[in-house]
Amino acid sequence: MNKGLLTTKLIRSLLTIWLIVTFTFIALNLSGDPIEALVGDQASPAVIAHYREKFGLDRPLWEQYLSYLGNIIQGDFGLSLSDQKPAVDLIAAALPYTLRLGLTAFISGLILGIVLGIVAALNRNSWIDRFVMSFAVLGFSLPNFFLGILLILLFALRWRVLPSAGADTVWHLVLPVITLGTHFAGIFARFTRSAMLEVLNKQYMVASRAKGAPRFRRILWHALPNAAIPIVTVVGLKLGDLVAGSIIVETVFAWPGIGRLLVGAVTSRDFAVVQAILIMVAVTMVLANFAVDFIYTLIDPRMRAAPQEGR
Amino acid sequence: MTFALPWRKWGRTVSIKAGRRYPTVVALAILFIAVLFCIFCFADVLAPYDYRTQSLRQRLVPPVFLGGMSSHLLGTDELGRDVLSRLIYAIRFSILVALGGTAIGALVGTTLGFLAAHFRGLVEEVIMMLADVQASLPFMLIALALIAAFGGSFLLFIVIMGFYGWEVFARLTRGVVISAQGQGYATAMTALGASPWTIYTRHILPNILSVLIVQFTLNFPQVILLETSLSFLGLGIRPPLTSLGQMLGAGRAYLTTAWWIAVLPGTVIFLTTMSISILGDWIRDRLDPTLRGSQT
Repeated sequence: MNKGLLTTKLIRSLLTIWLIVTFTFIALNLSGDPIEALVGDQASPAVIAHYREKFGLDRPLWEQYLSYLGNIIQGDFGLSLSDQKPAVDLIAAALPYTLRLGLTAFISGLILGIVLGIVAALNRNSWIDRFVMSFAVLGFSLPNFFLGILLILLFALRWRVLPSAGADTVWHLVLPVITLGTHFAGIFARFTRSAMLEVLNKQYMVASRAKGAPRFRRILWHALPNAAIPIVTVVGLKLGDLVAGSIIVETVFAWPGIGRLLVGAVTSRDFAVVQAILIMVAVTMVLANFAVDFIYTLIDPRMRAAPQEGR
Repeated sequence: MTFALPWRKWGRTVSIKAGRRYPTVVALAILFIAVLFCIFCFADVLAPYDYRTQSLRQRLVPPVFLGGMSSHLLGTDELGRDVLSRLIYAIRFSILVALGGTAIGALVGTTLGFLAAHFRGLVEEVIMMLADVQASLPFMLIALALIAAFGGSFLLFIVIMGFYGWEVFARLTRGVVISAQGQGYATAMTALGASPWTIYTRHILPNILSVLIVQFTLNFPQVILLETSLSFLGLGIRPPLTSLGQMLGAGRAYLTTAWWIAVLPGTVIFLTTMSISILGDWIRDRLDPTLRGSQT
């Protein structure tokens, strides 16, 4: 990536994060008086005035906004309403669980999807291809909350072979990972298949075959890297799905991660926790987009060779 | 890169109308969607009971195919409410929310797209910036934040669903309008003294309507999934109203004793999303000229 493009992207990303932070501030102010929610509507005016001063709500709006920005830059998102702990601590406790589940599901879905996609592309229009593609359509049409419930019904309640709630052992990971990963396997299988089909008939594939390279090597070294560019694009786009999927799957399987924390916070209208998670995810997504752009330049030599052309 | 698969994957075909043949899966998908819309329109006629009628003496009755009674074809739930009737009304509410949400998103997005293309400059920058912000976050998260801030009444929920996908409409409209502005007919109309408003609504809008309608059908299933997910979590449509997601979420507690309460609405959601994705694929294949050559 050339420097100019990088700077523009950086400025845009920072602007995006700033806008999201500002929106949460506006939403927070429009959503009603937080003091009333805290002390109830029976409280005397003196008590209300005391709390207003304590939380700085008697100051002008722009001053509140600036101190809000300052706090967020320092990583202070306020106290959780329900148990008076800093929101950041709650997130820090839940983050390892979310990463464990989310990354396991995403990576296994990615690997399974790429393998299935290659197999389908190599056996184009055969029964193997049809079978794999039916699985793919099934995989991304099954809403994850329904798939989760079906898995619980069969494996946890009927056959009693796997646990359905909690995160104590490795076995607890199995059902949530299948639930979350199936969706990605289906999507990546489809994209890999069409990306591979596009590549397989290219001249360089014929050339490598004429050279006498074995089939396995041709696919892994010649076809896959060229098919990887659209796949990486989809990987970047699907990170948002991973976040949304985690929210549901963690709730279904009582997995103590950030998704479940978020649903609990929204239910009890604990806005400090909600905004902390919102801003954290926004920053993560922006960074992830950067990473995808960077991976592009690694796998596509054309982007390194002609940086002046822009993208 | 094309996403679609060659025509042969659709397999056997059937005729619906004389002279026109459709692949069997596609015909089934169309049929299922048609049935859903009939249920949406005629829910009050079709449902044997009201979806709120409780009957505590007949709780958790199994469906008729599991040895239940013929008065409750699909059994009853934990409060003795008829599952079939609830399912019918749930379909209505889910489609209502999705239609309302998609329509709001389309309207707001298209308007903003027109504004961006008309004023250009700062207005365009701001609108496109907002679109970028929305696109950078999973919408599920935005919806949850809005629900946390503003609570969850039925109307408000539809409005929140309306926030979904506006940015796609805005981008589409802006692009098409800007390119239309440079075309002969728009210049001619301006020279004839027509106001920009007339040109946009009477001349450009009809030209981009087909693009907008395609986008509408693409957004619709997304909003259904969003609604069912949020209602499933207990944060979207809430009792006493019902929706497919709400039924599924509430039925989760009775999986051991009465699995049908959760599995039936779940199956409807699954069949809906699958039908729409099959239909969408097929339409995309038909519209894609690069695939037409490989038709056999």
